[in-house]
Amino acid sequence: MNVRVGIVAAGVALVSASPSFADAKGDAKSQVEFGINVAQRGLWREAIYRWEKAVELDPTYAAAYNDLAIAYEHEGQLDKARKAYEKAIELSPNSEPIRQNYELFKEINDRTSAAKDK
Amino acid sequence: MTGRALPKTSRLALTAAATLIAAFALACGPDTYEIPIETPIQPKLDVSAFQRVLVAGFVAGGNEDVDTNQETVRLLRSQLRTKSSLRVIDADILPLVEVAQDQPTTTGAAGNDSAAGSDHASNGRPSAPTGAGGAADRGTQTLALPKNIKDEKDLEPYERLFANTAYWKRIGEEFQNPLIVTGTVLFANRSTSGIVQRDQEVFDNRGVRRVVPVRTYMERKGFLLRPKFVFIDGRTGATMYSESYREEVLYNAQQNTPALSSYFELMDRLVPNFLSALSSQKIKGTRVLLK
Repeated sequence: MNVRVGIVAAGVALVSASPSFADAKGDAKSQVEFGINVAQRGLWREAIYRWEKAVELDPTYAAAYNDLAIAYEHEGQLDKARKAYEKAIELSPNSEPIRQNYELFKEINDRTSAAKDK
Repeated sequence: MTGRALPKTSRLALTAAATLIAAFALACGPDTYEIPIETPIQPKLDVSAFQRVLVAGFVAGGNEDVDTNQETVRLLRSQLRTKSSLRVIDADILPLVEVAQDQPTTTGAAGNDSAAGSDHASNGRPSAPTGAGGAADRGTQTLALPKNIKDEKDLEPYERLFANTAYWKRIGEEFQNPLIVTGTVLFANRSTSGIVQRDQEVFDNRGVRRVVPVRTYMERKGFLLRPKFVFIDGRTGATMYSESYREEVLYNAQQNTPALSSYFELMDRLVPNFLSALSSQKIKGTRVLLK
């Protein structure tokens, strides 16, 4: 059992350390940064394109999912936003900003039905 | 409390490390970015088939100082004029309590049968679809609906009015098939007593002021608003959607707040929800982007 775990760990370490994996992570980071830059200028569709690319390049990138969720929320694609937030939380369960964003999202999403039928 | 001075080389090394860290942090920039967003909320109803909306009137009751039917119609019409793309029809407000009182007990098929009738009330509006002797002919009786609506139970028998598709279809025909908004509104006095927590100012021996939470028995009074908005397709008379809300406000028993101002305060809380049924709304907020 220990040997198997060791082999898996070594494999993960090897893949993470390999240049192509590092490149993908680096590229994902660049896409996220570019996305932040354009989102700050109000170009949300371009930001979505960048962040979608980022999660494609690095499916373990919690921040990219978080940013993507915010962009979906801004565009009114609430189902996609929820899924992206949930993925971000799954990848980074202790991230306070992600949790806070998700709580705010849920509050808005549920607002329409919250006051109903009290 | 004097420490041993670090050798010059160590001090230089520390300074260099701190400079390096600061430079690195500057080069990396912040990892979080607060950004304003506007979340669009889609309307709950597809109103694309309508160009106009008729806020017809409400079965209303409760407080006698406020004409809840009239105030609700006025408020909703004014909100829809500015915050929706639908054209608001300015028509006389329907006295729905009276209309309901004139209706037969069986509203389904009987109501539809009488749709062809030409009975019009003296004000030119279609009256309840009873027809000449209609109710008696069909073996139905006019329900004894409470004229003085005091609480929610009094409103319940009036629910049938909104299921009378023939009546609403005729209203729709008269106004060229608009979206019809109607429903019930209870605006009632409310009083309650019990233990409440409030902040009290206290001064100690030295005259220092402190604020401490104190639990005291208090009698409070205020108002309860319980509207139910019913959206009816003017082409068919059928209910498309309905939603109920409940809001209340309580004041210190000694405070004298006019009923009308409380009514508007409570309606203010509900209007965004009402509007979100018909038109898309944008909710402003901020989120944190991460690098």
